Amino acid sequence: MPLETPPRAESFRELPEITVASDTRDYLAHAAKQALKYDDYELIVDIDAHLQEGGFWGEIIGLLENDVLKQTAEEMMRGRGGMPLINMQPGMSFQSLAGRVPHQSGPTEPTDDPAKAGHRFVQIVRRTIDTMGLDYQVIFPTSMLHLGMNPMEDIEIYLARAYCRWLTEIILPQDKRIIALAYLPFNTPSECEKLVKQYGDNPQIVGFTVCAVRHKPVHANQYMRLYSMIEETGKPLVFHAGPHWDDPSFTQLNRFISMHALSFVHYNLIHMTNWVINALPERFPKLKTVWVESGLAWIPFLMQRLDHEVMMRQSEAPGLKRLPSDYMREMYYSSQPMERQNLALLEATFKAMNAETQLLYSSDWPHWDFDPPSSVTTLPFLSDQAKRNILGLNAARVFNLPVKRLRPRAAEVLAREAERHR
Amino acid sequence: MPDVIVGKASDFKDPGRKVVDISGTEIGVFRLGDDFFAYHNICPHLDGPACQGKILPCATEDVQADRTSAGRVYSKTQTNVICPWHGFEFDIRTGRHPTDASVRLRPVPVKVLNGDVLVSVPNRS
Ligand code: FES
Repeated sequence: MPLETPPRAESFRELPEITVASDTRDYLAHAAKQALKYDDYELIVDIDAHLQEGGFWGEIIGLLENDVLKQTAEEMMRGRGGMPLINMQPGMSFQSLAGRVPHQSGPTEPTDDPAKAGHRFVQIVRRTIDTMGLDYQVIFPTSMLHLGMNPMEDIEIYLARAYCRWLTEIILPQDKRIIALAYLPFNTPSECEKLVKQYGDNPQIVGFTVCAVRHKPVHANQYMRLYSMIEETGKPLVFHAGPHWDDPSFTQLNRFISMHALSFVHYNLIHMTNWVINALPERFPKLKTVWVESGLAWIPFLMQRLDHEVMMRQSEAPGLKRLPSDYMREMYYSSQPMERQNLALLEATFKAMNAETQLLYSSDWPHWDFDPPSSVTTLPFLSDQAKRNILGLNAARVFNLPVKRLRPRAAEVLAREAERHR
Repeated sequence: MPDVIVGKASDFKDPGRKVVDISGTEIGVFRLGDDFFAYHNICPHLDGPACQGKILPCATEDVQADRTSAGRVYSKTQTNVICPWHGFEFDIRTGRHPTDASVRLRPVPVKVLNGDVLVSVPNRS
C-alpha cells in the first residue's frame, strides 16, 4: 500500500562517513556503548596508546637541547615539513590500509581553544579515554619507535630528552589520567641512566621504555647498572615492539601485512630470548618487565621452544634455576593485538601465561589494529575477576597506580554525546 | 516498529549509502545500481561502525593462465564497505567478508516504494 506520510521514528539521525577528520568521540561511539558493560569495574587502565607525534613535532623539536640538531631540524621543517630526524620512510607507511582505517592517519579533528580547553593532544586524549571508559592511558610515541635504528646516536639521545620534556612539562601536568614512560635512548646506556635519575620520582612517568626495534643485545654488561637503577625505582622496564621492513630478512616480504605480522613479534622474541637465556630475571628479581604490542601467540611458542632446548643445553644457560617458561610466566604482557580468531588457542595461551595476573589491557589507539576494552570483556572463557584484573587491577600493581575511579560514568558520557548531537 | 523512510532513492549516489540512527538502532543502507541493501551498523568483529567506512571495489589477485601473478587489481563487479575500526571488508551485495564468508553483517529488510527507500527497523529486545 502506498505510504502517504513518512512513518515517524521517535528519533532519526543521519550518521556521517568516518574519515580522518572525524571526531574521536564519533569514531569510538560504539565503544562508549560497550563501556556500559564494564562500568562497575574498579579501574580501567590502557597501558599502551599512542601519540601521533607528527602533529606536534615542531613543539618537540623546539625542546631539543642540542643547538646543531635543533637548527638542522627547524630548517628541514621549514623546507619540506614532515618529521626531520626521524628515520622512517614516509612512502612505506601503509598502516591506514589506503585510507580504509582512517584513524591511523590523524588526528585532524578540530579541537577547542587550547587556552581554555588545554593542549590539543590533551583534548584528544580526554575524548578517547572518556569514550572508551578508561581511568588512565599510558602514552607511547609512534614514529620514535624506530629511533633505535637511527645511525646517528645523538639524534636518539636528544629526541628522547626532548620527548620526555614535552611530556612532563607540557602534557602530563594538564591531566592526571594521562601517564607515560620515559623513552630510553638504549643505544647509549649512560644517557639512559641520566633519564632514570631525572624521572625516577616523577609520579606521571610510570616506567621506562626500550623501543625494541634495534639490534642491541639486552644482556650486554653495559646495561646492568641501568637495570639496577630501574629496579630500585620500583617502576617497570617496558619493551615496546615495532615494525621494521628494512631488516634484511624482512626485505623478502612483499606486503605490509607480512612484515607487520612478523616484525612486531620478531624483536621481542629476540630480546626475551636474550633476557631469559642469560638469566637476567635471576640477577634482577625485583625488576618488573612488560612486553608490549607483540600480541600473545608468541608467548606459548617461545615458552615451549626455550623449555625444550634448555633441558638439553643447560651448559649454555647456566644461570637458570628454573625453566624459561617459569620466568616468562612472572613477566607482564600487554593484550593488543589480541589474536582472537581461534578462541581455543587463545584460551590455552591465557592459561600458559597466567593471564589472569600477568596480562595488561592495552588499546594501541589510534593505530589501525587497536583493541577496545570489549576485546577482553567479550572473551567467553574469562571469569569476571579475570576481566577486572586484566582491564586494570594488574596494571595498578605493575605501574603503582591507586585503585580509584577517575573516569565518568558510562551513562554520563552517552548523555553528553546525545546532547552534543542534539 | 513500522517501515521507516530513510530518504529518496534518487538521493543516493551510485555506489552510495546512508547510515541512520533510528531511535537507537543504527542501519546502513547502500545503493549499487538499481539495488538497495541494508545492514545493521555493527561489525561482527568488535562491534565497530562497519557501515560508516569507505566504499571501495574488492581487491583481487590477478593470477594469469600460467599461474603467475600480475599483481593486485580492483574488481569490476564487487564493491565492499570497509569497517573503519580495523578494516574488515564486506561485499555490499551479500554482507559477507571476502575471505571468510561466515563473517557477515546482519541484514535488514529494505525496499523502494514510490521512490522512497524504506527499512524495516527490528524491534529492539
Ligand atoms: S570492529 Fe569492524 S573491523 Fe573490527
